[in-house]
Amino acid sequence: MSVKASIASIHGRVIRACLLAGVASVSLAAGANAEPVSITIATVNNGDMVTMQKLSDAFEKANPDIKLNWVVLEENTLRQRVTTDIATHAGQFDVLTIGNYEAPIWAQRGWLEKITPDAAYDTDDLLKPVRDSLSYKGAIYALPFYAESAMTYYRTDLFKKAGLTMPTAPTYEQIRQFADKITDKSNGVYGMCLRGKPGWGENMAFFTMLVTAMGGQWFGDGYHATIDTPAWHKALDWYDGILKADGPPGATSNGFNENLALFASGHCGMWIDSTVAAGLLYDKKQSTVADKVGFAPVPTGSYTGGPTWLWSWALAVPVSSTHKGAAEKFVTWATSKAYVDLVAKTNGWVSAPAGTRQSTYANPQYKAVAPFASFVLDAIDNSNPNGKTAQPRPYVGAQFVGIPEFQGIGTQVGQTIAATLTGGLSADQALKSAQSATQRTVRQAGLAH
Amino acid sequence: MATVISDTPVKLRASGTVGERAHWAVGVLGWLVALAMFFPIAWMVLTSFKSETDAIATPPLLLFHPTLEGYAEVQSRANYLLFALNSVIVSVGGTALALLFAVPAAYSMAFHPTRRTRGTLLWMLSTKMLPPVGVLIPIYLLFRNLGLLDTRIGLIAIYMLMNLPIVVWMLYTFFKEVPKDILEAGRMDGANQRDEIRHLLLPLAMPGIASTGLLSLILCWNEAFWSLNLTSHAAAPLTQFIASFSSPEGLFFSKLSAASTMAIAPIMVLGWISQKQLVRGLTFGAVK
Repeated sequence: MSVKASIASIHGRVIRACLLAGVASVSLAAGANAEPVSITIATVNNGDMVTMQKLSDAFEKANPDIKLNWVVLEENTLRQRVTTDIATHAGQFDVLTIGNYEAPIWAQRGWLEKITPDAAYDTDDLLKPVRDSLSYKGAIYALPFYAESAMTYYRTDLFKKAGLTMPTAPTYEQIRQFADKITDKSNGVYGMCLRGKPGWGENMAFFTMLVTAMGGQWFGDGYHATIDTPAWHKALDWYDGILKADGPPGATSNGFNENLALFASGHCGMWIDSTVAAGLLYDKKQSTVADKVGFAPVPTGSYTGGPTWLWSWALAVPVSSTHKGAAEKFVTWATSKAYVDLVAKTNGWVSAPAGTRQSTYANPQYKAVAPFASFVLDAIDNSNPNGKTAQPRPYVGAQFVGIPEFQGIGTQVGQTIAATLTGGLSADQALKSAQSATQRTVRQAGLAH
Repeated sequence: MATVISDTPVKLRASGTVGERAHWAVGVLGWLVALAMFFPIAWMVLTSFKSETDAIATPPLLLFHPTLEGYAEVQSRANYLLFALNSVIVSVGGTALALLFAVPAAYSMAFHPTRRTRGTLLWMLSTKMLPPVGVLIPIYLLFRNLGLLDTRIGLIAIYMLMNLPIVVWMLYTFFKEVPKDILEAGRMDGANQRDEIRHLLLPLAMPGIASTGLLSLILCWNEAFWSLNLTSHAAAPLTQFIASFSSPEGLFFSKLSAASTMAIAPIMVLGWISQKQLVRGLTFGAVK
């Protein structure tokens, strides 16, 4: 071996030794200061979610190897952001806040991880309609954080003044008559507040429930749109009639929050909307009519027992997550019985996440502070999202149609319904136009031929 | 004669009165427009000091018990300084990078035009007519593949590209105001192209460059579409801070107003400080 070759060989050995030492020291250092796994949670800014964010310190303390990053966005922005991320498998988020509309559709597309909590989680304790609405082919793909159905809120003082009594199961016809009697526009009291803002999750959530009660549905066999039908005309007649005669001005601008503000400040005689409003209307800090709120089930129409309203905000883990184990750990923690207890201990039982667990509704402490609890439980139990409509239907969903195209269809039809309130379209024009637009969309999507 | 003598002052007085009235009317109109433009901001600041129930009261309340509840809640739930720091970095970075690319481009178009210059300028501006959502998926995929999602560098690059057409247009207009003779004189004295830009053009066009930079800074600061779609927490600027206080369920006007006031405060202060330069720069060339 030449001198040059010997030197080269020695150099090689020294370099290899240095590299090995370097790698070893880096590994040791990494072992000594193991960085916690960071998971990113995308969520909406609802009261219950804010509570979760505040209480998440408890999770981080119990799991020092997991660090939580929060991305809180407005609902529509979140939906767009999360859909983009999940469709492109970008993996920006490890935990997603989604609804029972998205969960089965995304599970079918293979975008979500199947979740299998351990026995301690007690999956059977979850309310069945809620659990089923977050499942696909019998497997759960998202765990419910809270859930809601719909109910009727009314002002007990106004009813008393007008000599009215709310029946235990009111009909839409009776509600119309009550609204006429308690409306006092000169004093800023409107007999009925309803969602008028166009959107699949806004006015169409209520309107879909109304149509079902009037004996209609969105599609018949073979995804043939059934919008320009007597049931829809009847529903539109009731909706336009009551809002024009007894509704607040500018009803087409009112969604959940606007109506909540109107009712809470004493401007609504009745309001049919999500059960989640009960806790807010009962809170004296947020409502000037907290001691004058009465509850009743959603009204019934000519067809009873059909789907009404079921929405659940749930936590899911996308397949694109790079920390699935940590993400699933968080999801099960935030939807567990222990978390419900933690909320109750910290903020009182009235703040406990509603609509998810039977154990919450069986708890006497919860029932004592939430007089609306039994209404909410009954409303969810009877929401019947997979139930039958008057005529056979090819889809599932209570206040929405469980197909990906519904976001677009629902919003477009919502705009035509809103136009009948402002006088831009007649009922005939609106339903004809909605019928043809909907039929075209499902044909283009390949659902109908 | 007497009539003539007596007529003249009357006419002068009359024209003076008309002029004064017109001046006064323009002043009032100016104030009305300014108040109308400032009203939403003033109302937002006012709402930020209300309780949530006062914030939704109908009719709206002008007299109320002021509270800092909204600010306290915002502070307890989000790290304002991190969002603000991201806003400063991406806005300044995007603007600086846009100016860096735009100065040579505008110089070339203003002083060495070809018959395609006008067309190129219009083509650059036409890219602003495309709705951003139209390119969201390609940009998102590109960012994902380059590892730029939720990074400040990614957002700086997007802001630079977003503002480049406007910055080039404005600088081009300002540069056209600079007499060519001065640059030629410099060339005669032996200045090369770099010296020409650095020592002659930039000092002469500084008011225009400053106002262009300020405008770009404001546009970057207020941009919401890309920042909401391309960042999550590490690089999220103040637009996402605001968005996180809008709620689909529950009352949030006071908190949202407090968050918005905190978000716009820095850029408003900067605007007030530099308004003289901004107006001077804009009227110097661009609005001619």
